[in-house]
Amino acid sequence: MKRSLVAILFFVSLVILWQALVSAEIWSPVLLPSPLDVARYLWAAIMDGSLIEGSWVTMKRLLLGYFIGCIIGLPLGLATARSKYLSDTIGVLALGLQTLPSVCWVPLALLWFGQSEAAMLFVVIMGTLWSVLIAVDNGARSLPPIYVRAARTMGSSGLHTLIKVILPASLPFVVGGMKQGWAFAWRSLMAAEIYVTLLTGYGLGHLLHFGRELNAMDQVIGIMLVIVLIGLAADKVLFSPWERFLQKRWGTAV
Amino acid sequence: MSSAAELINPPPSKLVVDHVTKSFKSQSGWLKALDDVSLTVNEGEFVCLVGPSGCGKSTLLNLIAGLDTPESGTLSSDGQPIIGTGRERGVMFQEHALFPWLDVLGNVLFGLQLKPNLNKAERIDIAKYYLQLVGLGRFIHANVHELSGGMKQRVALARALAPNPRILCMDEPFAALDAMTREQLYADLQDIWAKRKKTIIFVTHNVREAVCLGDRVVLFSPNPGRIREQFHIKLPRPRDINSVELAEQATLITRALKQHNSQSLSAE
Repeated sequence: MKRSLVAILFFVSLVILWQALVSAEIWSPVLLPSPLDVARYLWAAIMDGSLIEGSWVTMKRLLLGYFIGCIIGLPLGLATARSKYLSDTIGVLALGLQTLPSVCWVPLALLWFGQSEAAMLFVVIMGTLWSVLIAVDNGARSLPPIYVRAARTMGSSGLHTLIKVILPASLPFVVGGMKQGWAFAWRSLMAAEIYVTLLTGYGLGHLLHFGRELNAMDQVIGIMLVIVLIGLAADKVLFSPWERFLQKRWGTAV
Repeated sequence: MSSAAELINPPPSKLVVDHVTKSFKSQSGWLKALDDVSLTVNEGEFVCLVGPSGCGKSTLLNLIAGLDTPESGTLSSDGQPIIGTGRERGVMFQEHALFPWLDVLGNVLFGLQLKPNLNKAERIDIAKYYLQLVGLGRFIHANVHELSGGMKQRVALARALAPNPRILCMDEPFAALDAMTREQLYADLQDIWAKRKKTIIFVTHNVREAVCLGDRVVLFSPNPGRIREQFHIKLPRPRDINSVELAEQATLITRALKQHNSQSLSAE
C-alpha cells in the first residue's frame, strides 16, 4: 500500500515537473508540448482508430516473429548444449550473430523480401532467435549433472530426460532468455518500422516516424509513451507468472 | 496392478560383483579406482562399504547402480548382468538431487510415472505411502527449498524407494547432515529396511555409521582400490549408534582400517 503510494507520487511529480518546464517557456511549445497536449493527441488517436490500428499491426508482427524465434531457438539451444558438433557450428554462429544489432538485418531483409511483412517478420525473428538460443544453451549447460544421473537411476532416458528433466531444470535460464529475446524483438521491430514504411500496415514505429515528419511533437511523445506502456504490460503479462512460479519453486528471485 | 499389489515386496536381490576393475584418468596418469574386486551380497543384506576417499567405494556403487561400466569383470543381480541403470536398483546420493521444479509429491512420483501398469491414483497412493514411511506425510505439497537438509534426504529416500527397487544404493547419504538429524535417520532407515526388506549397499567413510547400519562392513583401501577385510556385525537390532558394544566394534574396525591404510601408503 505504502509502496504503491510512493510510486504514484513519483509519477505524478514527474508530470508536474514536465508541466512546470512547459509553463516556464524555456523551449518552444513545438519542441516541448504540455502533458495535456499529448493526452489530447492520444485521445484523438484512439478515437480515430489510428493508435489502436497501429498498436495492433505492431503487436501482430511482434508476437508472430517472437513466437517463431522462440520455437526455433528453444530446441536449438537445447541441442547445441547437448552436442559438441552443434555447439561448434550453430553455437558459434549464434554467438556471432547475436552481437549484430538487429537493425543491421533491415537492409538485408529489404533486399531479400522487399518492403513487405516478410521483411518485418525476418528482422524480428533474427532479433529473437539468437539471444533465446544462447540463453537456453547456457542454461542447459550449467545444469548440475546430478539431475540427469538421478533421473537415469529412475529409468529415465533420451527424450524423456530431455523433456522432463533438462528442459524444466533450465527453466530459470529459459525464462531469462525469452525475456531478453522479447526485449530484442521489440527493439528490432521499432527500428525496422521507423526505417521502413510498409503499405500493408502502419505500426507504432511508423506513427512515430510520421510524427517527426509532421513536426508533431505531441504525437512523438504520445507514441513513445504507448511503446513504453506496451513494454511494461508485456513484462507483467508474459513473464511475471513464470517468475512467480520460479520464485515459489526454486525459492530464488531470477 | 493395484497399489496394494504393488506394495507387496518382491524377493530381494542377490548381487554378484566378479573380478571388477575400473581406472580413471587423473593428472598424474591412470588411477586404479578398483583393482580386481569381487563381492557377493546376499538377499536382504545390508552391506556397508567403508574406506578413505579414493578407495573406490563410490566407484563400485556407481557400477552397481549402472551409472558407469567396468573396464573388466562383470556385475550381476539375480543372475542378470548389470548393463546400465534400472528401476530394480534405486540410488540415493550424497546431495539430495531432488528436482526443484517439482514439489515433494512430484519428486516421489517421478520414478513411479516411468513404471508401467499403474494408474494415476495408484501412483499417488504409493508416493503418499512412502512419504508417510519417511515421516513426511504432512509435507507432500511443500517445495524442495522449503525443507531442511534432513527432510530433503528423507524425500530422496522416499523417491528412491517408491519404484520398489530390489537393491538400494546409498552413497554417503547422511554425510552432509548434522549429528542429531543423522541419528534419527539411522533409526528410521533400520526401521524402513526391516519393513521393506531391501538389499542395501551403503557407502560411507564413517565406521560407526557402518557398524550401526550394516550386517556386514567391507573395508576398502586406496591405490589401487581393493577390498581388504570384511566384518560381520552380529549386534542386535535396532542398534543405537551411542551404545558401548557398537563403539567397541567400531574401534576394532577403525584400527584395521588404519593398518591397511598405512600398508597401502608404505607400498606406494
